[in-house]
Amino acid sequence: MSEWTKHDLLDLQGMSKEEIETVLETAKSFKEISTRDVKKVPALRGKTIVMLFFENSTRTRSSFELAAKRLSADTVNIAAGNSSLSKGESVLDTARNIEAMNVDAIVVRHPSSGVPYILSQHLKASIINAGDGCRSHPTQALLDMFTIQEKLGRIAGLKVAILGDIRHSRVARSNIWGLTTMGAEVTVCGPATLVPPEIEAMGARINYDIDEVIKESDVLMPLRIQMERQEQKFLPSLREYAKEFGIDAQKLKNAKKDVIIMHPGPTNRGLEVSAEVADGKYSVILDQVTNGVAVRMAVLYLLLGIKR
Amino acid sequence: MGANKPTSTYEVEVGAKQRRLKMKTVKIMDKDNIQRAITRIAHEILEKNRGVKNLCLIGIRTRGAVLAERVNECIQKIEGNAVPIGILDITLYRDDLTMIDVQPVVRETLIKFDLTDKEVILVDDVLFTGRTIRSALDALIDFGRPASIQLAVLVDRGHRELPIRADYVGKNIPTSANQNVQVILKETDGKEDQVIVEERKRK
Repeated sequence: MSEWTKHDLLDLQGMSKEEIETVLETAKSFKEISTRDVKKVPALRGKTIVMLFFENSTRTRSSFELAAKRLSADTVNIAAGNSSLSKGESVLDTARNIEAMNVDAIVVRHPSSGVPYILSQHLKASIINAGDGCRSHPTQALLDMFTIQEKLGRIAGLKVAILGDIRHSRVARSNIWGLTTMGAEVTVCGPATLVPPEIEAMGARINYDIDEVIKESDVLMPLRIQMERQEQKFLPSLREYAKEFGIDAQKLKNAKKDVIIMHPGPTNRGLEVSAEVADGKYSVILDQVTNGVAVRMAVLYLLLGIKR
Repeated sequence: MGANKPTSTYEVEVGAKQRRLKMKTVKIMDKDNIQRAITRIAHEILEKNRGVKNLCLIGIRTRGAVLAERVNECIQKIEGNAVPIGILDITLYRDDLTMIDVQPVVRETLIKFDLTDKEVILVDDVLFTGRTIRSALDALIDFGRPASIQLAVLVDRGHRELPIRADYVGKNIPTSANQNVQVILKETDGKEDQVIVEERKRK
C-alpha cells in the first residue's frame, strides 16, 4: 500500500491506481467493524465532521454519518433548506462560519460542479465531495469499485457498462475515471440525447446497441433517470425509455452467467431497472449500500486519522 | 586540509562500515529456544485454566497472531483439542494515532466467535511499554465481556509505561531504552525463528 498524502477528496480524476487501491484495501479492514455488536472504534475520537448538503440525499448522507460515528467522530448535519443559506448567505461564507467552529472535515454536496474544489481552496478543513453537479461523486465510484472487486475478485480487464442518463450523471463520470485507472473497460450506452459524445475523451466507449452491451458485459450499471435535471425533453417518453433501455429479465437472458447488476440508487423501479431484476440474483444493489459505509470509513480515516 | 581531502566515496563507505560495526546485534533466542518457550506457555495456560474449556486465543497482528497459532498447535498436541483462535488489529485503538505522521495500515480483525464468558489468552511477541496491550484490551471489551483476559508474550523487555503485566512469559530480557528487540518468525519474515537485540538506529 502506498503512503497516503491527500488532504481532500474532491475527485477521482488525477487519483492514482495506488491511491485507489489504498482506499479499497483499507475499506476491506473496516467492513468487519459494522458486523460487530459494538459497531464503534475510537480512531477519530474528538474529530468533528460536518455534513453540508445543498441537495437531497438519503443514502450518501446517512452513510457518511454512520461512517463518521462508527469511527467515534462527532457529526453535525446542515441541510440547505433550513440553514442561513435561505437567508442569502453565500456558500463560502457558510462554510467559513462552520470552519470557525473548529471542524476537521466538511462533507459537501452541491448542485453546481466545482463547489467542493472552491471550498478546498479557501478552507483548512478536509473537504470531501459527496457529489457536485454533474461532475463527480468519488465515494460512490470507490464503493462501486469495492463491490466489483468483492464480487468478481478483480477490476482490471472487466467489461463494465454504464447505462442510461450519462449526461447528468456524476456517478458515471467518477466511475469512468476510477474504473479506467484500475484497468477496466468501460462502455456507456443510452439514448443519444443522454450520451454526450465528449465522454469518449474520458476513456469510455460509446455503444448504442443495448443488447450487444448486455451480452458482453461483466458488470451492468443502469443509472437513475434524473427527473429533476430533465429541463429539456431528452426523452420522448419514460415508457419508451423503459422499453428500449430498461434492464428486465427478458433482456438479461443473453447476459453472462455471472453478470452483476449495480445501481447507485435511488432506483426508479420499472424504469431503468425492473423490480424483478433489482431484487434478483444478479443484483448487488444492497451490497453497494453496505460497502458504502466501509468505504467512507476508510476515506475518513485516511484523511483525518493522523496528524497533519 | 585541501590536500588531505580523501576521495569522498571511500570515506563514506568506511564511515558506514564503522557505524555498522558499532551497532551490535545479539541473538537472544534461537529456533529451539522459541519452540520450547511456546510449549511451556501452552502447558502453563492449560494448567492455570484447568484444560481447554471456555479457552480461546487472540493473537495481536502480525507476529502475535503467528505465535497464537503455534500455541494452539501445542494445545492440540497436549489436550487433543485446539481452541477457537482470533486475530486482532489494534491500529484503530492506538493512543498515538493523531500524533504520528505516517498513516498506519489498518488490517482486518478476525474474531468469529463471541468472547462473552470466555477465558481469553491475548498473545503478542514483545511486551514493552504496555501501550499495545492497553489498546488490545479496549478492543477486546468491544467484542463482549470475557470471563478473564490473560496475557502471553514471547519476550518481556521491561520499560512499562502503564500498569500492565504478562501472565505467561517466554523469556525476560533486561534491555536499555535505546535497544530494539526484534522477534523474527518464519511465517512473517521468511527467515529462521530468532529473537535479536540490537542498538536502536539513530533517527
